[in-house]
Amino acid sequence: MKIMPCPVNGPRNIAEFVCGGEVIVPPDPDACDDAAWAEHLFMRTNAAGVVREWWYHVPTSFWFIAERNTVTDDIVRTYLPDEIFGTERTPHREPGRA
Amino acid sequence: MPFGLLKYGLSGRYPAKRLLPQPAELKSSYDVVIIGAGGHGLAAAYYLAKDYGIKDVAVLDKGYLGSGNVGRNTAIIRANYLTPEGVAFYAESLRLWRGLSNEFGLNILYTERGHLTLAHSDASVRTMRWRAEVNRHLGVDSEVIFPREIAELAPALDVSEAPRYPILAALYHPPGATARHDAVAWGYAAGAAARGVEIHPCTEAVDILQESGRIAGVVTNRGTVRCRRALQAVSGWSSLLAAKAGFRLPIQTVPLQACVSLPLKPFLDPIIVSGSLHTYIWQSQRGECVMGGATDPYGLYTSRSTLDFKEGLMAHVLQLFPCLAEVTVLRQWAGICDLTPDFSPVMGETPVPNYYIDAGWGTWGFKATPVCGKRLAEAIATGQVPDLLRPFRLSRFTEFRQVGEKGAASVGH
Repeated sequence: MKIMPCPVNGPRNIAEFVCGGEVIVPPDPDACDDAAWAEHLFMRTNAAGVVREWWYHVPTSFWFIAERNTVTDDIVRTYLPDEIFGTERTPHREPGRA
Repeated sequence: MPFGLLKYGLSGRYPAKRLLPQPAELKSSYDVVIIGAGGHGLAAAYYLAKDYGIKDVAVLDKGYLGSGNVGRNTAIIRANYLTPEGVAFYAESLRLWRGLSNEFGLNILYTERGHLTLAHSDASVRTMRWRAEVNRHLGVDSEVIFPREIAELAPALDVSEAPRYPILAALYHPPGATARHDAVAWGYAAGAAARGVEIHPCTEAVDILQESGRIAGVVTNRGTVRCRRALQAVSGWSSLLAAKAGFRLPIQTVPLQACVSLPLKPFLDPIIVSGSLHTYIWQSQRGECVMGGATDPYGLYTSRSTLDFKEGLMAHVLQLFPCLAEVTVLRQWAGICDLTPDFSPVMGETPVPNYYIDAGWGTWGFKATPVCGKRLAEAIATGQVPDLLRPFRLSRFTEFRQVGEKGAASVGH
């Protein structure tokens, strides 16, 4: 069994998780043209090596970020999205806020 | 008998024939360089030499000949797709498959055994009807059949109401076939080599050379080869090579695992596929059940095997064939696949002029080997991408004109 260390739920069977793909910052949909939007929707870096991806723990509906190596199948590090996007983008993690 | 055999083996009258010539020295330039000596790359080289007389061709591979997915797939051939573009394309492939053994002078064990795609829900019965209508409209033999007829074709299959997902109907595709996949690579390689094509194993493309915006050559671990035209056909490594040529692809590289059982007496004639159960199974000429399922749940560049895959697959196989409960797995393997978001391949031109691509074959590339090679050879030789390949161009993604084959291309969804 492969273990995914979830930053909230701890080490769990990787079968409980879904991979959400590369962490990419979307372009502004009102400002960008069709080509840039298509690039954002479909084109992927698909790197061989350490990648940074969104992962989702299905039973608890929790999204986080995992860095893992696509050549060795090792999980390097997992953490909350706050680390990249700041707490502004994930208000549900802030105690005392809605 | 043993003495007769010994005499036969030791006499000089029947020397062992070498299928392929020894690899030559790598020249400094070729007309066409093909990166990837898998089924598609070798087929393209073969048809370039045979149909267009273009023989100054080098096929490079970082491993040995046929070390990639041409020897790792589960060897199923069919044309019962969903979109008109897909059906027309695979129907031409079926026509080419039928003549290959004769063309090569090498038996590729092409065997039409019939192909059953099972439906376990009303929604999938509807999709099967849709596929049958599209298929028949384009001259491909497909029909929807029901449990009594399914049981006649595959008596070992559990068609009762007992399983959790009983079988309601099936899409029956009589021309569905299998072939010996290694022999396909050997046949194309030998045919291409006999016409003057050079095949260079252990020659890795390290970089793509461009001059004034056009392809100029390929840098390899054995030196630089210049060329006028090039084709990349490297399955799971497509994104990495394309990045060296300076463009991105809509591809995620994901492993696909498969396995075979111990050999059994012949009990299963047709190929059985269940999309809902993520399972396919057929019995090889050696008696082994060849079994596969969905791709791995996340992207990787490694062909490792997992217990999760086998547990999940076997649970589903036993729903279809409870009689296999005592049968053990003999061997297992994996290949790395290049999946596109619309489950259709990427073929034809790239942003780099005269640099052609054959990628995005995900889990369904083996059956397309002949047509893909033939039509890409046409594109490379004439500079015109044939109409049959146009729907699968890379630029379809920026034009938002995808060819959605998710309903028929694979069991992994």
